[in-house]
Amino acid sequence: MSDDELEPINVAPGEPHDSLMSETLSYVVGLGLALLLTGVSFWVASTSAIWGPGVAMGLVVLAIAQMGVHLVFFLHITSGPDNTNNVLALAFGVLIVFLVMIGTIWIMYHLAANMGPSPEMTNLMLQRG
Amino acid sequence: MTNGTEAPAIGLTHGASQDTGLGNRGPQSKSIVVPYGFWLFVLSDMVLFSALFASYATLVHATDGGPVTSQLFDRTNVAIETLALLISSFICGLAMIAAKRKNMLWTQVFLFFTGLFGLVFLVIEITEFVGMVRIGAGPQRSAFLSSFFTLVGCHGAHVTAGLLWIGTMMAQVWAKGFQPHIIRRLLCFSIFWHALDIIWVAIFTIVYLIGTLP
Repeated sequence: MSDDELEPINVAPGEPHDSLMSETLSYVVGLGLALLLTGVSFWVASTSAIWGPGVAMGLVVLAIAQMGVHLVFFLHITSGPDNTNNVLALAFGVLIVFLVMIGTIWIMYHLAANMGPSPEMTNLMLQRG
Repeated sequence: MTNGTEAPAIGLTHGASQDTGLGNRGPQSKSIVVPYGFWLFVLSDMVLFSALFASYATLVHATDGGPVTSQLFDRTNVAIETLALLISSFICGLAMIAAKRKNMLWTQVFLFFTGLFGLVFLVIEITEFVGMVRIGAGPQRSAFLSSFFTLVGCHGAHVTAGLLWIGTMMAQVWAKGFQPHIIRRLLCFSIFWHALDIIWVAIFTIVYLIGTLP
């Protein structure tokens, strides 16, 4: 790597860097993007400019985007050959996480909708078993 | 790390055409294998958190007549916590850059500030928890609060463990220098710390922001 005539800036965030500047720059860019996405999240949550029912979904999308920024710029997950194992493990982890979360929320919602005569009763059933 | 002389690699193969990627070069170096194993642990930790998120989402409306999300959470606090943890994560990256160049002074300084911002986060969180318990919104009040304290408290426990780990690493770097196994431990710590920030992104979005929507 060291003999390459690459411009240091042209290295992907997760690739091995040689130059102090380009490596630091990758973290600074990551911090900037994360701050931006966090700021937008807090703005979206408090503004009334956006259609109310869409806000929660928008926040989830922003959160997923920020997780992507963290993975690329801080954890250096790339598509490079040294990273294949890490990416596959990550993909499997994401699959399980989504199965657990979406599966639970889906099943429990229908269970509550089918069993409880009213929201208050459902509330009591969840409370007192 | 790959050898410097290799041609650009595509997919699973590593350069030379005879190489199937299945090991005619022997096992990978420890600097690849150890972070990979730790990455697997971190991912399993995220699976654990996904179960806690799922139970929180299921129980968030089960308040038993007690306080609800919008009465309990303060967005300013959460913004400060988020900022502290993000900056801590960023400085942790700077510490890794300094450690790679075997610069003792800056490694120690950056690790110290990583821990300091982590501590700021933790103090705010504990203050919030104490305040909630004091107004009768402790974990035993309702199913919603039980799941809240389990989820957010579990993240806080991870941060606490991370702070102890930072202290240990500062002492080890100081006493043993930048030996390969110390660098590997530092790398594992940085993976852990960045992963905690990722989980916090999910917490501040799902628990605090969506919980305080008008």
